[in-house]
Formats: sequence, structure tokens, C-alpha cells
Amino acid sequence: MPVVLETRGLDKHFGGIIAANQVSLSIEKGARHALIGPNGAGKTTIVNLLTGVIKPSGGQILLDGADITHLEPHERVRLGIARTFQINQLFADLTPIETLGLAISERLGLGKDWWRIVGSKAAVTEEIIELLERFRLGDVMRERTGILPYGKQRLLEIALAIACKPRVLLLDEPAAGVPEDERHEILATVEALPKDVTVLLIEHDMDIIFSFADRISVLVNGALFVEGGPDEVARDPRVKAVYLGEAFDA
Amino acid sequence: MAIASDSRPLAAEVAYFLTRRARWSPLEIAFWLLALASIWLFPTKHLILTEICIWAMFALSLDLILGYAGIISLGHAAFFGLGAYSAGLIGKYGFIPEPVLALVVSGLIASVVGFATSFLVLRGSDLTRLMVTFGVALMLGEIANKFSNITGGADGLQGVEIGPVFGTFRFDLYGHTGYVYALSVLFLMFVIARRIVRSPFGLSLQAIKGNALRSSAVGIAVNWRLVAIYTLAAGYAGLAGAVLAQTQAFASLEMFSIERSADVLLILIIGGTGWLYGGLIGALIYRFLQDELSGLTARYWQFWIGLILVAIVLTGRDRIGRWLTPAAKLADDVAKLRSGRPQRARR
Repeated sequence: MPVVLETRGLDKHFGGIIAANQVSLSIEKGARHALIGPNGAGKTTIVNLLTGVIKPSGGQILLDGADITHLEPHERVRLGIARTFQINQLFADLTPIETLGLAISERLGLGKDWWRIVGSKAAVTEEIIELLERFRLGDVMRERTGILPYGKQRLLEIALAIACKPRVLLLDEPAAGVPEDERHEILATVEALPKDVTVLLIEHDMDIIFSFADRISVLVNGALFVEGGPDEVARDPRVKAVYLGEAFDA
Repeated sequence: MAIASDSRPLAAEVAYFLTRRARWSPLEIAFWLLALASIWLFPTKHLILTEICIWAMFALSLDLILGYAGIISLGHAAFFGLGAYSAGLIGKYGFIPEPVLALVVSGLIASVVGFATSFLVLRGSDLTRLMVTFGVALMLGEIANKFSNITGGADGLQGVEIGPVFGTFRFDLYGHTGYVYALSVLFLMFVIARRIVRSPFGLSLQAIKGNALRSSAVGIAVNWRLVAIYTLAAGYAGLAGAVLAQTQAFASLEMFSIERSADVLLILIIGGTGWLYGGLIGALIYRFLQDELSGLTARYWQFWIGLILVAIVLTGRDRIGRWLTPAAKLADDVAKLRSGRPQRARR
């Protein structure tokens, strides 16, 4: 399979702290790629670098072979990279209808339109409905996002990324903080994503990772540590050592 | 409220929800009819009503950036003064004899300077923005002061001559033409602003105000949207200033002052940010209070304005909103009866 998203020797220093150290990662088209690692390993830093929220200290990011290292976040979204956030980043004062309508309008290039009324285009409303139904948000679609139950907000978080119709979707702990009995709802939606969408998943929960991923990269102290298929990684004694918190001598 | 309880198809429901605020409610229509009627109802009050219209335009301008995009400004008078001096100079030197065209040109001049300075307010915290906007207003005011051979400096711009509107309607001493002129300009500005805030562009501003990080993560070019609305708001403030200069045939350095920037902020806070009518209602209340209170205590009326401001801010707009809920419900019920639509859940 061709590589869609690639990093070459990606570095990020915050003062003296090395958050990403020579990370070279290749994500294949249609992959279900998981990025795992202990707390503070730099997983979210990688997502922030890939999406342009922070600029790397060194190295390159390529999308379909083209250098996107210096593009702004919104430009990367237009090229097909979307993400969710580990901690909800939603529009508290907007309703789910408006939130999704916003993202869809932007994607269709209507965002600069200052004269037509939002929702006057059938293409936009149809897609809003499709997403509301798919993410079971129909019953709260008119509520302020800020007052929605946490689980619903989590679903909206993913729906909002999907509304950008990404080719590459970066999921930063989509089920974080969701109670056990509601997790399956979120995971079901993640698993139901179209096969041609490439997914990079950051997760802590090993059950989720091993049921979902076909490729796993392990990040430790900002550097890639092990990479391989699920079985390979599961068997790797070094990974076990890291996750059991044993001192590991590189 | 479950969707199932509604017989309408979901698509119509969603489209209705998104466009619901774009429809003119009976309350709004009544508001503007009353404003129109005021031309005949209060013929002796036209001068003060003109002043209210100008404050309303100015506050409307501030609402676009503060209420919708979350940009706080303590120097919005920069553009007001610029519009006023543009219109005044155009009138004085007779560049454009027709006031409507002169007004448009004055607004454009203000928006050009708004565009040029918009890049200064993109970054930084609210405090930075307060200081930057304040600084820009100070500089423009001093430029007007410095070039006193053109602007009249501290004496103000004298000898402004404004031709008849459309070559027909002369500005009269009683302010009749002036009021109809100001009210018409306010209405046009309002209709355009109302349209803009309900557009995808307007929605993206509210999104940026709510969460700029996420806005960029759904593909919004945050900075350009802010530049666009700041430019427009500067133009709006310029129009307000230009109408003042035209109706008074005068411009003065006070029009750039921090007091004016602070007053417009006060007016907007009194009326409430983020719903466009705030500036209009705030201007009415402010001017009314100014009249009533200065009748009671001529010199110390601002004490009461200060007290009201503190009370409003500490009480919080949400709570005041709740007091108004019965009125909003009534308006909703009327709308429901009128259109035969089922009542919808309120936010």
C-alpha cells in the first residue's frame, strides 16, 4: 500500500525538553495505525506536529509525498488531515447542528460566504443529518454543546472531524474519560469508518488497540521504539517491559 | 424534545433550525415600525434621536467584533473619528457634493485603515488588544491634531458644508432631514449586519470566538476571518462618524477620544453583546438615562451610569436574559401562531 502520511526525522524541543526525537513514521493508505506509549511519551505532540498546531524544531512532514511541514493547520485540513482532541475542543455555545454545519460549510468552500444564510443549502443540511444519525446525536441536536453529557460531546468531537471528510484521521484517545458502558458506542463509530480513510489512533486501552489496529508504533520518551503488527508488538518483551514500568536499558 | 414528536421530515427540521434566526420575528418588525413611526410621533426630538441613531451605528459596529468575533477594543473611536473627519473634509473642500456618496467614501477610508491595523489585533491576549486599539486611536487623534492647518486642530473642523441628500433633501436646523437620513443609514447597516452574522462567515466568527484552536482544526483560516470582520467593523464605525459630521456639519478631536471608545463599549454592554439589537437598545437607554439623570443631578449623572454598569456586569447577562424569558416565550408563541409551526426547543 502507498504511504499517505510520513514524517522524516521529526524533532521537537520545548526548551531543554525533547518531546519528539527523530521520529520517522510511515502511515499507509487505509491503515488502522495505532500510536501507543506510556504517559508523557509524546503521542499528542506527534498529533500536534502532524496537524500544524505546533511547528517542529527539525525534520519533515509529507502528505502523499508533498512537503506540508510549514503549512498552517487550516491548510492541512483542506488537504485532508483531520483530528480529534484528547480533551474536548468544541464550540460550547453552538448546537451540534451548527457545529457540524460550520465544518461542512467550510469544507464545501462556503465559509467565506457572508450573504447566504447558513442552512439554506440542501447539500449542507443533508450531510448534517447523516452525521447526526450516524453518531446518534439527533436527540440533542438543538442543545447547546456546552451542556451535553460527556459521552455525547465525545461523539460530537469525532463527528466534527468526520465532517471535514478527511483522508487521514488522527484520533487522540477518542474514548478518554468515557464511562465503560458508553465506550462501545464510540468504538463502534470508529470501527465503522470507511476503509479508505486512513486512521492514526492514539490510545491507552490495550483491548481497543489490539482489536482495532493492524499496525502499531510504540513511542517512548519522544522516540519511536518498536513498530510492527499487533502480534509482533504484543510478543515483544521490550514493550512489555515499558508497560510494566520496568527500567529499560536502551 | 424528541425528533419523533415532530411530523416534519428531519431535513426540513434542521434547515428550519439553522435559518430560524434569519427570519424577521414580529417583535423585530414592531421595533422597526416603531422606529419609522418616531419620525412623525416625535418631531421635536429629531436632534436627540439622530444622536441615538449614530450611537447605535457605532455600537453595532463594536458588536460585530466584540459580540461575534470576541475582539475587545478600547479604541474603536479611531475609526469613528476617521469617518467623521473624512466626511467633514470632503464637505469642507467640496470634493463630493452629494452626502450619500461622501458617506460611502468616508466608510471606505475608515475600513482601509481598519484593514491596515487589523493585523495588530490578531495576536495577543485581550489586554494586548485593549492597548493596541487604544494606541491606534491615540495616534489617529494626534495626527488630526497635528495637521491643524487642514483639520482645524483643537478648534475642530469648521466650515463644513453638506449638500442636499440625493441633490434634493437639504439638512435643516431642526434635524428632520438629518434624522430620516441617520435612521435610514442605521437600518441599512443593520440589515446587512444581520445577514452577515447569519451567514457561514458569521457562524465561523462565533466558532472562532468560542474556540480558535478547533476552528483552525476544521479548516477555518482564523486570522483572515478576523481581519475581514475587523475591516468591516472599522467601516461601520467610520459610517457612524461620517453621519455625525454630516448632520452636525462639524468634526472635532473628541470624536477620537478614549471617552467615546469607552462610551460605546458601555452602550453595548448595557444593551448586551452578540445579538445586534444590543447596540440599538443600549444607545436608547444610555441617551434616555443621560437626559433623565442629568435633569436630576446635572453634574453627577455619570455616577448612576456607573452604578448601572456595575450592576449589569455583576448580575450577568444570563440572569437578565432569564428575566426576559417570558417576553421571548411570548414572541415565540406569536411566531408559532402566525406560521402554524410547532414550537421548537429553545436554546
